[in-house]
Amino acid sequence: MNRRELLRYGSAALLSLGYAGRLYAAPLSGPRFLLVFLRGGYDSTNLLVPYSSSFYYEVRPNLAIPKPDAASNTSALALDADWALAPAVRDTIGTMYQQKEVAFIPFVGTEDLTRSHFETQDSIELGQPLGSSRDFRSGFMGRLSDVLNGANGAPSISFTDALPLAFEGAATVPNLSLKNVGKPPFDERQSRILSDMYSGHHLEGVVSNGLELRHEVAQEIADEMKAANRDAINTKGFELEAERMGMLMRDKYRIGFIDVGGWDTHVGEGAAQGTLPTNLSSLGRGLQTFSQTLGAEWKNTVVVVLSEFGRTFRENGNRGTDHGHGTVYWVLGGSINGGTIVGEQLAVNRQNLFQDRDYPVLNDYRAVLGGLFRSMWGLSAEQGARVFAQKAPVDLKLT
Amino acid sequence: MTAVGKRGAIAALTAGLALVSAGCSSSGGADSKPDLRRPDASAAVLPVLRREDMLWLERVSFGLDSATVADYRRLGRERFLDLQLSDQGAALPAPIAAQVNALEIAHTDPLNWLADVNAQYKAINALGDGPERERARKVLNDRGNRLAYEAIRRELLRAVYSRAQLKEQMVWFWLNHFSVYQHKGNLRWLVGDYAENAIRPHALGHFKDLVMATLEHPAMLQYLDNNQNSAGHINENYARELMELHTLGVGSGYTQQDVQQLALVLTGVGINTGNPPKLKPELQGLYERKGAFEFNPARHDFSRKTLFGHSIDGKGFREVEDSVALIVAQPACAHFISRQLAIYFVADNPPPALVERMTQTFLHTDGDIAAVLRTMFLAREFNAALGEKFKDPVRFVISSVRFAYDGRPISNARPLLNWLNSLGEAPFGRQTPDGYPMTELSWASSGQMSRRFEIARSIGSGNAGLFDNEDAPPAPAPAPAPAPAPAPALASSPVAPSGFPQLSNRLYFEAVEPFLLPKTREALNRANSQQEWNTFLLSSPDFSYE
Repeated sequence: MNRRELLRYGSAALLSLGYAGRLYAAPLSGPRFLLVFLRGGYDSTNLLVPYSSSFYYEVRPNLAIPKPDAASNTSALALDADWALAPAVRDTIGTMYQQKEVAFIPFVGTEDLTRSHFETQDSIELGQPLGSSRDFRSGFMGRLSDVLNGANGAPSISFTDALPLAFEGAATVPNLSLKNVGKPPFDERQSRILSDMYSGHHLEGVVSNGLELRHEVAQEIADEMKAANRDAINTKGFELEAERMGMLMRDKYRIGFIDVGGWDTHVGEGAAQGTLPTNLSSLGRGLQTFSQTLGAEWKNTVVVVLSEFGRTFRENGNRGTDHGHGTVYWVLGGSINGGTIVGEQLAVNRQNLFQDRDYPVLNDYRAVLGGLFRSMWGLSAEQGARVFAQKAPVDLKLT
Repeated sequence: MTAVGKRGAIAALTAGLALVSAGCSSSGGADSKPDLRRPDASAAVLPVLRREDMLWLERVSFGLDSATVADYRRLGRERFLDLQLSDQGAALPAPIAAQVNALEIAHTDPLNWLADVNAQYKAINALGDGPERERARKVLNDRGNRLAYEAIRRELLRAVYSRAQLKEQMVWFWLNHFSVYQHKGNLRWLVGDYAENAIRPHALGHFKDLVMATLEHPAMLQYLDNNQNSAGHINENYARELMELHTLGVGSGYTQQDVQQLALVLTGVGINTGNPPKLKPELQGLYERKGAFEFNPARHDFSRKTLFGHSIDGKGFREVEDSVALIVAQPACAHFISRQLAIYFVADNPPPALVERMTQTFLHTDGDIAAVLRTMFLAREFNAALGEKFKDPVRFVISSVRFAYDGRPISNARPLLNWLNSLGEAPFGRQTPDGYPMTELSWASSGQMSRRFEIARSIGSGNAGLFDNEDAPPAPAPAPAPAPAPAPALASSPVAPSGFPQLSNRLYFEAVEPFLLPKTREALNRANSQQEWNTFLLSSPDFSYE
């Protein structure tokens, strides 16, 4: 029995043991979407380096990343005549970019000008038009899940401790952080007793799904450790989480959410080495691992990496950067039209900065994501408008 | 009201007499408190407890323990409620009071720290890049974190142990309603004082005083940026949230124009940790200062404002007081606050008729919070909604510890905070100013339910470190077992020698067992050990709903 069968029949086996959860068998193949939310506002300017801009080198005396050096394989990686990729992700995201599995969208973001982490994170997760009063019970991924017929069409999961705002409003979406998934705290007998205790209760599905997911994940991980002929102990941190996400999205889920913190680099950000490069490097390895774990389904998968806003173009007095506006989103996938930098763009110079401090937003995140979803799932205009109201989708021709 | 009400009234009379005599001895001091003597069973005015009694009591308190049940039996419902509403002292058990009193925040005025902290951060920033600066910054940050933890610890200990249980719930409610986030700016240094001096004294008082106390606290002014709101440099953040989240509710009829006008009124309301500013003679009389709170007339916009159609002349801080009085007198405010209270205590969708009666009480009593609560807790609709309110993580964790250890003093509150962190409801941990949600939808996701069961298991099968001594200096060798706490008054210890609590105790048989759901009973019968039995009980729907 291969892993995938084991998972499917394993679920049935759990059912026969008395689990009362509503299990579903999603078709094995089909579009998958993972949103990676970098909370804290990552410094996109030091990820996608505008190396043709002398202004960049002028205003980041301590933080600028040196220009690409064709003779070096540890320098920034030139992507075109203007943009280079940070050395920290050269071997991971850089390689995938060259394989056309990665695209970047600079000058992207929201209309939210608060420069407040929570305001802007909320804005993005809710995905509602600004200016109207917010409905905190309706996140855009929840609406996407509903449009795709929820658990029957595109089973969704959040790899977080609590359900994020993005999934608000969807019918039962399970959540489980994959950071520390050890032995399940309850054995099967105990899990069954706990589930039985809620049978007939309106939390029945939630309770059994939660316990079941915990067992499945533990089972899947144990199985993968055995199956994979390599030392899984080397993977840790986000890479380990990403591997586990890859398994679950390969075998069971179609829409996933994960957030990664630690990007609010007001102080001591680091240029080629330091806080930001370390975080980027970990993220890059994780995403590469995720793509590898998905195997054949990587072709069906799109990952978007985003953050609530960019940071100030100039470095501040603490060798860091402050809250800005426009940022750079990443789009990854096994069959995207990658290896490009897409969307509306401007030359990177002082005149083009927004409020003389930040990247402007030329590409609205709702239009961009809406365009992706439409082409991934072939959504109708009406369905698209249910996910992102009052925003025409923009097709960046990535999928 | 029905027979219940009459019975309660008689009970109140009887118990009232007992209370008068009990209260005399302590009524003079600031520490006047409920009679803490454990009653003998013969004194109980409620010899038989019904399911409804237990559920009612679970809502008025942070959960059942023997002392609360005994108070209730002795006093009956109305008298019990009146005692809870009377805003008496916290009456902590001596070992807990000793822990609270030993905290640094209990002995220092953090508003004085602020100047010092600001100066220290400034000095650190001047050090220039390098390990020295990082080290110094870490030392200062660690101290701030420790003080914020002390504030959390103090609130957790009171929530578990105070006999004034309703007061404690109201402190939580208002801390959440007027939510501040410890990780913004210097708030770590301030949250203890905010809870202690802005929220706690008014938790059962008049709503307007609560609004003013939060408005004049540096924690709120910093959290919602009003310290940056000055004439010509308007910051609307606090003005908006003051109406939207604190008083009137979104969509209640105020306009963007009202927000802008209130922002003008609030100009100059800020923080000053140093010397008073030098002011023109004509402004000197308008300067206000309380601790680090400051109204600086030189930063104030003195133009004439219009709020809800009322004209407000530019006259300084009086504008703020008048505006707050105007806002809290709006029927929308009475309704919004009543509804928020009813969502927390009654039901996720509280009955409109009940909210309306609470609103009327609010309006007739000038926003007397205790009076509004009395209307709510004695309402027919309150009884009708019993058993269906899902405990948020704070209620779940506090009630678990109250029930499991039944008054036995813990000496380490860290596990409680860890549990709240893992369930996503850490005190002072809500980043957004809207406070944590109070409805089931937000707390009963599959991951959170599983986590809840894991916490039930931690509590049910061990003591989870609650009896480690967190105040002991770190020892190089493994610390010796802490000295056993004094045995509680009941003959049987609630903790088995091996460290897990004995939940099948007298409290259980008196107040829980008779009312268990059949499915819960089945689960308990399938337990293989006491630890497992404990885990199932704390994981049961009976325990997560009140």
